[in-house]
Order: sequence, then C-alpha cells, then structure tokens
Amino acid sequence: MYVAAKGGEAAIAAAHQLLARERRGDQNLPELSADQIREQLALAVNRVMGEGSLYDGDLAAVAIKQARGDLIEAIFLLRAYRATLPRLGYAEPVDTGAMRLRRRISATYKDLPGGQMLGPTFDYTHRLLDPSPAVAAPPSPQRPAQPADSSVPQVTQLLDREGLIETNAGADGDAIGDLTRTPVAFPAGRDLRLQALARADEGFLLGLAYSTQRGYGRTHPFAAEIRMGEVEVEFTPEELGFAVPLGRITLTECEMVNQFQGSATQPPQFTRGYGLAFGHAERKAMTMALLDRALRSEDLGQERVAPAQDQEFVLAHCDNVQATGFVEHLKLPHYVDFQAELALLRQLRAEWLAARGGDRKDVAARVGDGVAQ
Amino acid sequence: MTGVVSYNFAYLDEQSKRTIRRAILKAIAIPGYQVPFPSREMPMPYGWGTGGVQVTASILGPHDILKVIDQGADDTTNAVSIRQFFARTAGVRTTTHTSEASIIQTRHRIPEAPLAEGQIIVYQVPIPEPLRFLEPRESETRQMHALEDYGLMHVKLYEDIARHGHIATAYAYPVMVEARYLMDPSPTPKFDNPKMHMSPALQLFGAGREQRIYALPPYTRVVSLDFDDHPFARTRFEQPCALCGARDTYLDEVVTDDSGGRMFVCSDTDYCQGRRTAAPGREAHDERR
Amino acid sequence: MSAGEEALLTAAGLTKLYGARIGCMDVSLDLYAGEVLAVVGESGSGKSTLLSLLATQLRPSHGRIRYRMRDGVVRDLFALGEAERRFLLRTDWGFVHQDARLGLRMGVSAGGNVGERLMAVGWRNYGRIRAEALDWLARVEIETGRIDDLPTTFSGGMRQRLQIAKNMVTAPRLVFMDEPTGGLDVSVQARLLDLMRGLVADHGLAVVIVTHDLAVARLLSHRLIVMRHGRVIETGLTDQVLDDPREPYTQLLVSADLRG
Repeated sequence: MYVAAKGGEAAIAAAHQLLARERRGDQNLPELSADQIREQLALAVNRVMGEGSLYDGDLAAVAIKQARGDLIEAIFLLRAYRATLPRLGYAEPVDTGAMRLRRRISATYKDLPGGQMLGPTFDYTHRLLDPSPAVAAPPSPQRPAQPADSSVPQVTQLLDREGLIETNAGADGDAIGDLTRTPVAFPAGRDLRLQALARADEGFLLGLAYSTQRGYGRTHPFAAEIRMGEVEVEFTPEELGFAVPLGRITLTECEMVNQFQGSATQPPQFTRGYGLAFGHAERKAMTMALLDRALRSEDLGQERVAPAQDQEFVLAHCDNVQATGFVEHLKLPHYVDFQAELALLRQLRAEWLAARGGDRKDVAARVGDGVAQ
Repeated sequence: MTGVVSYNFAYLDEQSKRTIRRAILKAIAIPGYQVPFPSREMPMPYGWGTGGVQVTASILGPHDILKVIDQGADDTTNAVSIRQFFARTAGVRTTTHTSEASIIQTRHRIPEAPLAEGQIIVYQVPIPEPLRFLEPRESETRQMHALEDYGLMHVKLYEDIARHGHIATAYAYPVMVEARYLMDPSPTPKFDNPKMHMSPALQLFGAGREQRIYALPPYTRVVSLDFDDHPFARTRFEQPCALCGARDTYLDEVVTDDSGGRMFVCSDTDYCQGRRTAAPGREAHDERR
Repeated sequence: MSAGEEALLTAAGLTKLYGARIGCMDVSLDLYAGEVLAVVGESGSGKSTLLSLLATQLRPSHGRIRYRMRDGVVRDLFALGEAERRFLLRTDWGFVHQDARLGLRMGVSAGGNVGERLMAVGWRNYGRIRAEALDWLARVEIETGRIDDLPTTFSGGMRQRLQIAKNMVTAPRLVFMDEPTGGLDVSVQARLLDLMRGLVADHGLAVVIVTHDLAVARLLSHRLIVMRHGRVIETGLTDQVLDDPREPYTQLLVSADLRG
C-alpha cells in the first residue's frame, strides 16, 4: 500500500549536518580561519565585497568560509546580511583624485605626471604553477612612496584641458537614483546602470565586455587610467551640517576612453566608460567601464546592434544572486506542472495517432495515458 | 565582528514591511495590475519564494495561523523550509489544515477546500508578466498593459489551436481580471484557475526576483482566456485518487515500480488526509461547484 | 471623389527639423476618400519623413494634421491620446512597409498575422477569425493552404501581399505605403500593383504611397506631389504632372525615368 513520503523536515536537518561536516573536511588538517582568508585570499574577499555590495573584509571572509569557497554563495550571504542593516544615509562622493595610490597605470601615455606605478599585480608574472611560491623580501624602494599630501592628476583631466574628452554633467544629489530603493524601470538612467554594474557578476560582465572587443558593439576602448589605493569616506550627519571622515577604503577605478564621431552641434570628442570596484579588483573595474560605454551607445546616437548594448538584457541578467536563485530553483519540485504537461502531451499524442488510424484503446496503450495498474 | 544578530518579528524591518504593504494596498486597489516594489534580499534564494515570503512577512501578525504548501503538500522540502523560517522568526502557530489557517502561502497549487472570507492566500510567483515569453522587453509589456493592448496573447492562443488543435498551455494559464488586466495566475495548473474567480478570500501574488506584487481582492471576476468555439476546459482525470477516492481533485502521478506501475493520488495532502480520516466536523465533499 | 466632399486628411504646414537639417518643410496637402496620392522624389527628398509624419510615427516640429474619423468628427491627430492613436493605426488605417519584416510577425503563421487585428479588436471566435483570414489570403492571391505557414517561408512578393491582407482585414479607410514594390522582380511588382489597384477600386481606399518609381506612381495614383530637399516643388493630377511637368526638377525626374 503506497504511503505518501514524509520526513522532509528530518531530511533537511540531516542535510544541514552533513553540510557542516563536509565544510570542515579532514579533521586532521588545521581549520581555516576567516583572518587567513581575508589576508591570503584577498582578491576573493574583494569580489565578495563588491558583488555583495558591502565593504567589510571580515564579514566577506566569514561568508567565504561559510560558503565553502563558493563565491556566489558567499555573495548571497553578504547581500542577505546587508539587507538587515539599518541605513544611515549616503556618503559624500569619494574623491578618487586624492587617492593614496598603490597602483596606477595608463595605456594612453608612455609617461605622465605621477608616473606608471605597477604595484602588486599579476601582470607580467609568468603563469607557472608553483606549489610553494617563495615569499619575496619586500623590494627596496626605488623612489620614495607617494607623499600623503600630493595629488596625482587623473588622465582624463589632462585630456579635458584640451577639450578632447566629454565632460559629465554633475548630478544634483537628489536626482541620483538608488536601485536598492526602487526597482529599475527601463530605460534606466546612467546612475542606476552603473549601480547595477557595480554589483554585477564579474563573469557575465567579462563575457559581454569581451564581445564588444570582438565586434559585438565595438567601442574602440583605451585604458586611460587604472588606479588602486585608499580613499577617504566622508559623511555629513544632519545634526552637524559638515562632513566627518568615517575611514578609508580601498578602491579600484578604471577610466576608459572611447572613440566618437562629433555631431552637428558638437566637435568630435572622446567618450568615456567608467568602472569602480571595492578593494583591488581590476578585471571588475575594467569590464564595468567597457559595459558602461556600451550601454551608452543609444544615448550617444549609435545603433543598438549587440547584446552588450542592450540595457534591458544586461541589467536584467547581471545580478548573480538573482540569476543563481532562478537557475537553481529548477531543483525545486515542479511535478504538479509537469503532470499538467504530461496530461496535455498524452492527449495531443492520442489525437495525433487517432487521426492517423487505430482505435482508442490501441492508441491509449501506445501513448500510456496513466491507467492505474 | 558582531555576535548574535537579532531579527525583527518575521525577519523584515518595519520600514520594509510598510513599503511592501503600501505596494499590496495599491495592488488590491487595481486588481491584476503588477505593482513594482523594492525587493529585499532574503535568507533564501531568489526564485525560491522570496516574493511570497516578503508578502507574508509584511502581513503576518502574532495571532495568525500559517500554512505553507508547495505542490499542494505541506511536507515538500521548500514548504518545510519556509514554514520553519516563519516559526523561527515570528513564532506564529503553524498548521497543515487549510480551514484553520488565516494565511496560506503556496507554490503552484490552490488548496482543494474552498477558502473563506478572512483568509489570505499568498502565491509564490516566478515570472509575473503573462506576456513575457511573447515580448521579452519590460518597456514594451508595460505599454501593452497600460493600453490594454493584448492582441498578442490571443495570437498565441490562435497559433496553439492552429498547430495542436488545442490551446497548449497547461499551467500559468493567462486570465483577464475584471475585464481589464491580463494576469498570470502563477504556475498553478489550469485546473486551479476557476478557484480564483469570485473567491471569498484575499489573493496576493509576490514575485521577489522580478520585484512585482499583484492582488485579487475578494469576489473578483477572473476569467481564463479562450475562444468562444474553443472554450477553456478544466483538466479531468480519468481515475480517482488511489488513497481517498476523490474524483474532483488534482492528482499527482507516482511511479511505483520499474515496470511502468503508476498510481494517482491527491496533490493536496491535507485534503486527502481529511477525506481519509473523516473526522467529525470535517466532511469531505464529492460535489464541486 | 466628389468635389463637395470633405477631405479625409488635411495636413497644414508640416515641418520636421533635425537641428539645422530639414526633414521636410511646410508641406500642406488634402487627401480625399478613395483617392491615391503618390509622393515622389529621389532619396533624401523628405518623402519618407512626410509619410512618417502623416502616419503619426513622428511628431512634427511645426504644423498640424486633421483627420475625419469614422464617426465623422474631425480630430487633430497629434492631440489624440496614445490609446486612441494606436486604435486608429490598428483599425481605420493600414501601413505597408518596404521591408515586410517590419509589418509582419515573422514567427507567427500567416493566419495568425491576418487574424491579429481582429483579435486586437475583440473577435473571440477561432472559426470566424480563421475563415476571415482564409478569405483575405484568397483575395490577395496567396494559396489558402499556406495559412499555417510562417512568413519566413514566403517569397518577397507573397510577404507584401500578406502585409496587405493583414491591414485590410479591419476595412481601413486610409493606407500608407512605403515603397511597397521596392526590391521585387518586375513581374512580381506588376502583379502587386494590379492587386492594389483592384483593392483601391473595390474598397474605396485612400492611399498615400511613397515611391521613387514614376511608373508605380503613374499606374496607381490619381494625384502626386514631387518633393526635393524636404519641400513640395510641384503637385497636380498624376497624368498631367508626368506628361507635362512644369518645374525643371520634375522635368529632370521624368526624362531620367527610363520607362518614360
């Protein structure tokens, strides 16, 4: 006699226990600490902070550990945590021009004020897998560290002095949207698009950015500047009426310069693409800048011919928390709807066969219409 | 680093609840219209019921009695998970009995027992837009709803009949609400569509990932789309439930052995159980409306 | 076309500017029920811009268009609400595009394409919709057995005829056509033009047809206007203008037309 399967609750509890066991792994090995993750897997931590939309290296490290290294799962944990935090307000716009630089390069000039500073980068390393990389002694400084009070001008400022690059109209604070407060409606303004790109999945942006370089919506990009370092975050509490420094965060900023034809009312100018990411995260900042420019194609009077230029396509699918939720939801039971499809299919098959001869019973046997044994 | 995090009643903070309730009220005022709302990241993934959970969390009070079902059953894993979530974050009484519940959160089915005034049913919705697979652009579908421009939906039904001889939609079957808005009933089988029409209960629909809420206030007219000469036909099963004998419920197909053995049982486990135990005061009804 | 009758469509001072560039400048015209008006000129003459303005797909920088609705009331077209405008486009008007892919749903069967307007205005009987679609396919000389085929399987000429059927199904009084015979073989063009002539005569259609082909204009239209650099430079009865053009530019056009 068939008894409906029960025990879903017990199964879930057991699954959680098994997960905890697997997460710990071999008990003979030392347990990984969140501090180790934060320090030694910093680039993973940066990605989780960026796409989790929360700047907190400690929490991101905990999330990575809890997620067993699945970064999208960690991002989900951080986002869910973020949603519980009380919101105090918006910071003042950070001044990346005053960034305390640890890395600064430009592909558009051989040399320039401030110089090319390589910093800690994988660029120019030879990708030879090395099970025990030697820890290098810190290099003797060849030039003094950048003095705290000197500012290195941004490359786009150099271009702007000659009027060669478009200037962005400053936005009034109130006019800036917040995609965590109101759902995005299309067509979306550049502010919301950039917010969406900032927390977008790096892999998705990478593929789309790559496609623009291969002809799917070409934007002729040059990396005018990539800079990484610390900036100060300031906040103006209502009671005080002046800005108060909250601390420093590490950011990676990428400004792309793209080609544009002038119009009847404007002389030709370079156009811009902008990317900004938490921590040291160049791939993210660069792909964001490429996508920012691609999504501006229609605003700049160009034809939309490629997926990377289609804001509805890009913005609706770039959030990996949403994406993985929906993709993985296919694991949930769908048997009720499947049953409905089965019934429909059996009916259509029966009719199809009947129309081509054969009596009803014969047809039923061939299509299997679910008569209980 | 913080230690234990404490959560508000039913997890969401009051401000979020207020925002969602405003969206719910607007939805009730415009039956069938999809109201955008800023969805919060919840502790379960998008696509796993966050819309329904946010709606339930926003309307739940300490004296509510909550039932959660998935595929019609209380014991499916996701229903268990969501019920545990509310038990933990709200401490409300939970039940498996439809008639006892003040709020029923459901995925993919409407309970067989007719709902009563004062009950609220909350549907989990993956894709709220009925035109989505005909027109992927939200900017376009928004216009179509505003202008009551639904020709495309009927073209799809025409194509089905031309190709298959039938309308080939088995679930998430589109409906017209109060003869104004085209609505997706969520992926309930079309078998359940008639239950939405003139229901005494309040029906709320939550789509978390797509950030939309819509509603059917009690006693709303809900009509499934069709043609005069190809009228909407409810699925009929050829055999009764193998456990309780019901002839008018939606049945699950259960494979019982390797050689094609099958049986059909009620998808609504509470209803089936009720018929089998036939406790006093809970008479099973064979006759349907 | 009777002399005392009120015009169906009246455009006054239609102008479309793109910054300093002129799309079209100060165009006025009257169109009467049952008459075909051709708008001719070379590429860049502004004729397509004019058509888009008349069909309310573009908003003019200056000027007005008034249209006599089915109920007899004359309305300013740019004062219509969006819902009203769309309803007009779908029932009382037709638009035949040069590229059929703009006027058809390529992923929907021929029958679905023809039936769409009927379904949009509330027809709810599958049998009747299908019968009407079959009827119109026959009238535009598309083999009725192809009712369930996709337009992707149709030839260029068939697609244009399907576009026409799709538009005619709601008995429009005014049809806009944008180079409807463009890109088709000469013999296919001839068949299509014959069909259009028949429909105009049988249904008393008013048509505004844009074409660079004077032979098409001569065959189909009663009156024509000649455009150059966004302006109307000559207007009159088609045969008169083509046989005895007044303006030097029109003379140039006529003499350059190989089929004379």
